[in-house]
Amino acid sequence: MSLDNPIRSSGELEDLHGVLVERRSEDHLCISICTGTGCVVGGAESVVDAFVEVISEMGLEEKIEVKPTGCHGFCEMGPLVTMTPSGYFYPQVHARDAREIVEKTLLNNEVVEKLLYHDPQTDEAIAREADVPFYKHQKRIILAENGHLNPTDIEDYISIGGYKGLAHVLDEMNPDEVITCVIDSGLAGRGGAGFPTGKKWEICQKQPSEPKYLVCNADEGDPGAYMDRSILEGNPHRVIEGMCIGAFAIGASQGFIYVRHEYPLAVERITLAIEDARTAGLLGEDIMGSGLNFDLKVVRGAGAFVCGEESALLKSLEGLKGEPKQRPPFPVEKGFQNKPTVINNVETWANVPHIINNGPEWFVGFGTEGSAGTKIFSLVGKVNNTGLVEVPMGVTIREIVFDIGGGIPNGKEFKAVQTGGPAGGCLPTSMLDLPVDFHALQEAGTIMGSGGLIVMDEDTCMVDVARYFTKFLEEESCGKCYSCRKGTQRMRELLDDICEGRGTPGHLALLEELGHAVNTASMCGLGQNAANPMLSTLRHFRDEYEAHINEHRCSAGVCTELIQYTILEEFCDGCAACSKVCPSECIVGEKDSLHTIITEDCIKCGSCLNVCTRGAVLITSGGGV
Amino acid sequence: MSAKVINITMNGLPMEVYEGMNVLEAARIMGIDIPTLCYDEGLSSYGACRLCIVEIGPQDRTKVVSSCTYRCEEGLEIRTHSKRVMDTRKMILELLVCSTPGSKTIQDLAAAHGVITARFKPEHEDCMLCGLCVRMCKEQMMATAIDFAGRGPDRRITTPFDEASALCRHCGGCMFICPACSSRCMGPDADTTLCSSCLNLSPSCVEVYDHQQCWMPPGCGTCIRPEGDYLPATGRISEVKTEA
Amino acid sequence: MAASDASSASTVEEITPPPLDMNEVDRILEQHHSDSTELIAILLDIQDALGYLPIPALRHISEQLEFPINEIYGIVTFYKHFKLTPPPKHQFTVCTGTACHVRGAVQVFREFERQLNLDTTICNTTPDMECGLETVNCIGACALGPVVIVDGEFKGQVKQTRVSSMIKKATRSSGGDTE
Ligand SMILES: Cc1cc2nc3c(=O)[nH]c(=O)nc-3n(C[C@H](O)[C@H](O)[C@H](O)COP(=O)(O)O)c2cc1C
Ligand code: FES
Ligand code: FES
Repeated sequence: MSLDNPIRSSGELEDLHGVLVERRSEDHLCISICTGTGCVVGGAESVVDAFVEVISEMGLEEKIEVKPTGCHGFCEMGPLVTMTPSGYFYPQVHARDAREIVEKTLLNNEVVEKLLYHDPQTDEAIAREADVPFYKHQKRIILAENGHLNPTDIEDYISIGGYKGLAHVLDEMNPDEVITCVIDSGLAGRGGAGFPTGKKWEICQKQPSEPKYLVCNADEGDPGAYMDRSILEGNPHRVIEGMCIGAFAIGASQGFIYVRHEYPLAVERITLAIEDARTAGLLGEDIMGSGLNFDLKVVRGAGAFVCGEESALLKSLEGLKGEPKQRPPFPVEKGFQNKPTVINNVETWANVPHIINNGPEWFVGFGTEGSAGTKIFSLVGKVNNTGLVEVPMGVTIREIVFDIGGGIPNGKEFKAVQTGGPAGGCLPTSMLDLPVDFHALQEAGTIMGSGGLIVMDEDTCMVDVARYFTKFLEEESCGKCYSCRKGTQRMRELLDDICEGRGTPGHLALLEELGHAVNTASMCGLGQNAANPMLSTLRHFRDEYEAHINEHRCSAGVCTELIQYTILEEFCDGCAACSKVCPSECIVGEKDSLHTIITEDCIKCGSCLNVCTRGAVLITSGGGV
Repeated sequence: MSAKVINITMNGLPMEVYEGMNVLEAARIMGIDIPTLCYDEGLSSYGACRLCIVEIGPQDRTKVVSSCTYRCEEGLEIRTHSKRVMDTRKMILELLVCSTPGSKTIQDLAAAHGVITARFKPEHEDCMLCGLCVRMCKEQMMATAIDFAGRGPDRRITTPFDEASALCRHCGGCMFICPACSSRCMGPDADTTLCSSCLNLSPSCVEVYDHQQCWMPPGCGTCIRPEGDYLPATGRISEVKTEA
Repeated sequence: MAASDASSASTVEEITPPPLDMNEVDRILEQHHSDSTELIAILLDIQDALGYLPIPALRHISEQLEFPINEIYGIVTFYKHFKLTPPPKHQFTVCTGTACHVRGAVQVFREFERQLNLDTTICNTTPDMECGLETVNCIGACALGPVVIVDGEFKGQVKQTRVSSMIKKATRSSGGDTE
C-alpha cells in the first residue's frame, strides 16, 4: 500500500493524514518489535518472523499489525517488544515466546508474568513501558517516535502528523519567519560545537551567491555513540522533513546526507525514505505544489573519523581526501563547491519539525538558559541500562547514570564518565551533580560533543583510557598538521611509557606542556581537542598517573605490564580449567591440588581469570590488589 | 583588478594591507620574522608545519592560527610573538628536532628559538611532510608525480602505488625545495652542524656511494635507506644522478 | 555479483589476482555518469563488487575520469575502508570503540591475534589468505559490547574464551582450516 498520487497541496496531506488515522484507530492492535542494530544482534529478526508466522497461522493478519521499528533505546534488554494500545512491554523476547504473547497479551489482554521486565533494584515486575525507570526519567521527543514507527513506511510517518510542519511552513510562513522561529527556539547544533542553528541558517541565507546547499552530518565517528544512526534507521522522514524546512528557509535546492559506510542499514533506510518522499511529492520538484524545489542525495563516507569535521566532510563530498581546511571562510560562506552550505547534525535536523509544530516557546521550555531542548545521549560502558536516553538539557549526570542507567553493574564503584567522545574529557565522581548543558560541561573541561556518555567503574584504568583515546586520535588524525600528527604520536608514546612502567615524574610535566601545544597549534577541531582526554584525566585522576609512575601500580588491574596473576590457595580446588586454557602453559599443578602460575612465563592474557569459576585467580599490581 | 585596502593591527601597530593577503605576508612586509617550514612564496599556502602560528583576536578571546593560511580581514588584531605562541612554537620545534635531527633548517630554527631540550625518544625521519615537494611538483612543474598517501601515522609522500611514476620528469624540483634534504647538514662538521647525527648512519653513504659522485651532501642517506621507507624522491635521487 | 569469484581466487595458489572484469568497472562508472566528484561512491561500489580495488581498475578509472592517479592513490589510502589487496576468505572484525574497549575488547582482540597467530602490526591476514583480522570503531551495537563481526554477522558479548570456537566455526563452514 503506498501513496498512489503525489501530494499536491497541504490540504491533500491533511486528507491523507485523516484517512490514515481513521484506518488505524479502530481497535487496532499493533505489536512493535525493535529492529535497531542492538536488537538485531540479539535476534530481533527471528522474533519478527515468529510473530508474523504465529499471526498468519491464527489468521489474524487483519487484526494485528506486526511492526518492525527503529531503535527503542533500551538496547541492553533487546529484543524489545511493545504493544499498542495496551502499552505492555516485554524485554529480551525470544522467538519461542511469540505464540504466548499473541494468545495472552494481545488477544486476552493479560500479561505474561515471566516475560515482564524486572527492575534490578527493587525486583518489581513492570508491565508498561512508561513505568520502566529507564524510560520514566526521560523526556523523549525524538526517540519516542522510533518505537512506534515503521521506518520503511512513509504512510506511518504521515499518520503521526509527519510533514505537517513542512506543509505549515510552505503555506503560512516566509523564510525569515522560519529562521526567526528557529533562532527563538535556541536550538544549538547537536553535532559537537553547539553553534546556534538559526544563526547559521541566517548567515547562509544572506549570502549572495547561489545555489545553496544543505548537508546532514551523519558521519558519527564518535566511537560509542549511535544516536544519529538510530534516528536515521528509525525515523528517516523526520530528518528529511527537517531538511526540507531548512531548504525553504535558506533557499537551498540540493541537500546531502553524509552517512558513514559502517551503517549500511541507515544508508538503506534513508535511501528508501528519500525515494518514498519523492514519489509522494514531498521531495524533488515543486514540493506539495508550493514551487519549492529541493532534492536529497545520500553520500557514503569511507571510514575516516575526521570526515565528521565540517570542512573535511565537504571535501569528502566533493570526492576528495577528507582533510580539513582553514576556516574562515566558513562553510556557510564557501562550502560545497565554494557555495554557501549549511551543515547540521542529524539530531539538529530532526529537532526542526518539532520546533515548527510546537513553536519555539515549547522548545525553550525544556532545558536550561543557553541550552534549550532535549539531547539524546548514548549511555554505554559499565552501566546497567545501556542504551539511548533523551533528557532535557540541564539534568545531572547522576540522574542519567543512576536513575536512568540503573547504576553500575556487579556492585562496582562508579569512577568516571567520559563525555564528548574522543575529543571530550572525563568527569570524576565529584562532578556527578554537574548539569549537562553546553556551558557547564565546557567549564568542567569537557564538551557536550555529539552525546556519547561512557561510564567507567573501578575496573577502568584512567591512564589506559587516556591512552586509548590518544591512540584513536593518532590513527584518525589526517596527518597534515605536524603538531597533531607528531603530537598525538608523542603523547601516546609517553602514555605507553607510563602504562608499561617506564614513566618518570618528568613525563607528566612534559605531557601537560605538549598537550597544550597540540591543542593550540593544530588547525581543525580534531587537533585542537586532541589532548583533552589526556589533560582531563590528568587533571582529575593525577593520583592514578602517579601510582603508575611511582609505585608501578595499576589499581584497576588493566595495564598488563604492571600486573601479576596469582592463584589463591584458599579458593583453588584444582579443577585444572585454568591450566587447560593457558596459552603459554605456565600454570602448573596436579589435578585436584593447588595450581600455581609461573609469573615469568605468564603473558597476562587473562584466560585463567575468565575460566575460573571459583574466583581463585587474582590480579595484583604494585603490591596492592 | 585592484584589491581593497583594509586595516589590521600587527603587534599593536596599525597597518594597511590588501584584502586577501595572508597574515604571514603582511608580517613580512613589516619586517617581522615568523619562522616557517612549509611555506614558499612561489607556492600555495599549505599550513602543515604550524610554526608560523600567530595569535589573533581581541585580548580576551584570542585564537591561534597559522599565519600562512589565514587571510587578513578588516580590523584583525595580530600578535606574532606572544608567550602562548612562542611556547607552542618551541614545543613544535622540539618535536621536529627529535624526529628529524638531520635537517639543518630545523636545527637552526631550534637553536634560534632556544630549544635546548630534546625530551622525546629520538627518531631519524627525514621527512616532516611539509608538502613543499608535492606542491612544487604540481604547481611549478605541472607534473603531479608525487602526492600524499595514507592518513595519520601512515601519511607519507610517494608516487602512486609506490611505483616509479610515468609523470616524473626527474626535474629534481622536489629535492631543490626540500627543507630536509636540500639543506641537509653538511656531514660531521662541527662548524656547520649542531647534531652530527649523520655519524650514526652506518654505513655512511659517503663510504658506499662516493664513486657515484653524488652531489647530495654526505649523510643524506636517502639512497641507502632500506626499501619500503617511503620518502620524497626515494629512488629518483639515484636516477637523477646517473642521468646527470 | 562478482564478489564470489574475488573471494575464491584469494587462495594460496592463485596469489595473482583473477583477470579483471573491466566491464564491471565500466558499468559502475556509467552508473555514476563518470563524474569525478562521485569518486568515493564509485570506489565504494567497485570494492563492493570486486571485494577490493585492483590497481589496474584504479588506473582505468583515472583515465576514464581524467582524474590524476596520484590523487586517486591518495584517496584510496586515506580512507580506512578501501583495500588494495583481495580480501581473506573469513574476516573477523573486532569493535574497538570506546564502549567495547571498556568492556574488554582488547583482550578479545589479543586472543584473536594469538589464535590466528597474527601480528596485526605487520599483517592482518593469515599467509594462506584464509582469515583476516581487523578492528572497527563502533558499529552502533555498544549495548552488546564487546562486539565481533564474523563474515558480516554480528556477535555480541564476546568473551575471550569464545574466540577459538568462533574461529573454528567460521573456518569449518567453508572447509578451510587454519589451526
Ligand atoms: C574531528 C571532528 C569530528 C566530528 N564528527 C562529527 C560527527 O561525527 N557528527 C556530527 O554531526 N558532527 C561532527 N563534528 C562537528 C561538525 O564539524 C559540525 O560542527 C557539525 O556537524 C555541525 O552541525 P550542528 O551545528 O548541527 O552541530 C565533528 C567535528 C570534529 C572537529
Ligand atoms: S608555514 Fe604556515 S604552517 Fe608551515
Ligand atoms: S563501541 Fe563497539 S559497538 Fe559501539
